[in-house]
Amino acid sequence: TIIQRKQKKPRKTGRRTKPPEEPDSGRGFHLPQLKEFQKVAFDFAANEMAPHMAEWDQKEIFPVETMRKAAQLGFGGIYVQPDVGGSGLSRLDTSIIFEALSTGCVSTTAYISIHNMCAWMIDSYGNKEQREKFCPDLCSMEKFASYCLTEPGSGSDAASLLTSAQRKGDHYILNGSKAFISGGGDTDVYVVMCRTGGKGPKGISFGKKEKKVGWNSQPTRAVIFEDCAVPVANRLGEEGQGFNIAMKGLNGGRINIASCSLGAAHASVQLARDHLLVRKQFGETLSNNQFLQFKLAEMATKLVASRLLIREAAQALQEDRPDAVAICSMAKLFATDECFNICNQALQMHGGYGYLKDYAVQQFVRDIRVHQILEGTNEVMRMIISRNLLSES
Amino acid sequence: MSGRVLVGVKRVIDYAVKIRVKPDNTGVVTDGVKHSMNPFCEIAVEEAVKLKEKKLIKEVVAVSCGPQQSQETIRTALAMGADRGIHVDVSGKDYENLGPLQVSKILAALAKQEDAQLILLGKQAIDDDCNQTGQMTAALLDWPQGTFASEVSLEGDKINLVREIDGGLEHIKINTPAVITADLRLNTPRYATLPNIMDSLMNNETELHKPNHRTSLCVGLIPLFETVAPEDMQGGTDRSGAMLRHTVLQSGLGLHTRSLVVFSIGIGKNKTKLGTV
Repeated sequence: TIIQRKQKKPRKTGRRTKPPEEPDSGRGFHLPQLKEFQKVAFDFAANEMAPHMAEWDQKEIFPVETMRKAAQLGFGGIYVQPDVGGSGLSRLDTSIIFEALSTGCVSTTAYISIHNMCAWMIDSYGNKEQREKFCPDLCSMEKFASYCLTEPGSGSDAASLLTSAQRKGDHYILNGSKAFISGGGDTDVYVVMCRTGGKGPKGISFGKKEKKVGWNSQPTRAVIFEDCAVPVANRLGEEGQGFNIAMKGLNGGRINIASCSLGAAHASVQLARDHLLVRKQFGETLSNNQFLQFKLAEMATKLVASRLLIREAAQALQEDRPDAVAICSMAKLFATDECFNICNQALQMHGGYGYLKDYAVQQFVRDIRVHQILEGTNEVMRMIISRNLLSES
Repeated sequence: MSGRVLVGVKRVIDYAVKIRVKPDNTGVVTDGVKHSMNPFCEIAVEEAVKLKEKKLIKEVVAVSCGPQQSQETIRTALAMGADRGIHVDVSGKDYENLGPLQVSKILAALAKQEDAQLILLGKQAIDDDCNQTGQMTAALLDWPQGTFASEVSLEGDKINLVREIDGGLEHIKINTPAVITADLRLNTPRYATLPNIMDSLMNNETELHKPNHRTSLCVGLIPLFETVAPEDMQGGTDRSGAMLRHTVLQSGLGLHTRSLVVFSIGIGKNKTKLGTV
């Protein structure tokens, strides 16, 4: 036998979020399957994302390699059909996966959810050629996608968008600009909502990279079209169908964003809990303080309530129920608001330490603040819900 | 050679869980606590799947001994790339008494039944840290063993193995069939992919075995030991440090005046920790 010096390779350990303990809800979900998906997502978040979350935020890094690793596991096109490279899972599976991934890094998970929505849009509304041309690369994240709806002049009032597409032979010439596009400038496939008929200058260009409070692991830029020629073959669906497609996409997008808020709140509650058990003041641990106990209880209750509403909305969307739009809006409204409050209170419980960038809780607060604004502001959610309630049917 | 590898996978309390002792002190709380596959078993499964991908072996069979929930662990192995699962159903009192000796008897019987060429196990489980099952299985089968493996390569019908031992790394060559136990640095286990997880759940290839069934494995699960609390000491014994120091010096242990000796006596709930002598 030969004996030689042992090589030392330390195992990296870091913050690891524990998944929620849940009894079988008995609602006929494939619970073992869901648990396995959740396990993979939590492991991936803890090992591949959480250790880098702070660095990606501070250095504003778009983590291409990590996202491609996620795509190898099937996270690039979670609810895209398998025949074009997707995983073919349900909205509920998706919600659970994004919730778990979000405990590792909200910003990156939110981008992955946007990418998934684009892939799904092409999968659902594209013709055979479009699906085969774009979906496989998107599912593997060989190419990254951005979703371009918002404009400088039309945010909540999406229907008033101005970007025009004028037909010239077998091309559309696009003119206009889109604002706040996640991934803009670093992505390869842009799903653009535009008005057919228009004019303008040349090509596609990008505005400056925006400096944001959070969501720093994904670049945000304006996307500018000047006489940009796009083949008619790249049009998804029929002329005039775009608004419907956009709205349908947003339902799923809202569940996804709400799920990301959920993951952040879940991680924050655990961080707060761990801190309360360790930090001592007035001769005892903070966990002996009744106010903090009650506060933590309220946080946990709101978290579970948010989770249940989101999962119900996911099921409603999956089953295409008539109340799907309303309940997705309710889930987005409730969960993003409550989860932000939860993360904020978790920060408060950390005291001064919560304000330091060394501690993850402040990043969760910063990252999910925007979830109350995008994918439809929470005010627009109220519009949708009240409209649904007040309609005659 | 059948080209079949048996991989033992054990369902243990997840490493990240804070362990709590049961109020009656008979063990740790396991109800409702998150369990997962023993990390060293994950490494063993990964190695087996790698060997299959290199086409050096033909089939990976995951085996777990335990109650109904062990099937989750087998499913995780299937999602990582194992072909088939065998669940040896051991529940209730039998499960409390299940230790390395019983498991190794089961594995030995299964190895003969399945005509296995290789048995891959984790070096130890993180709940009991026994580090015995691999060695016992090899002894029962009279097969060579390569334990604490940090590198495995197949060469014809022999295996080249690098073992992590106290002195450093040891290179050995053993014949097949053999038992190998995986150490930490053997590989980095893959994540199960979503498609693999779905396939593994469609795949109902998990056989059920009952260890005492006459036509099945014929392994007796006899409890080997019993834990009892020591009786409390009667009153009147001076357990103070001074008394012990006196006794030690009197017994002429020949201790240097400068030497540092720390004693700790635990008698039931009364622990006396002494300082230097």
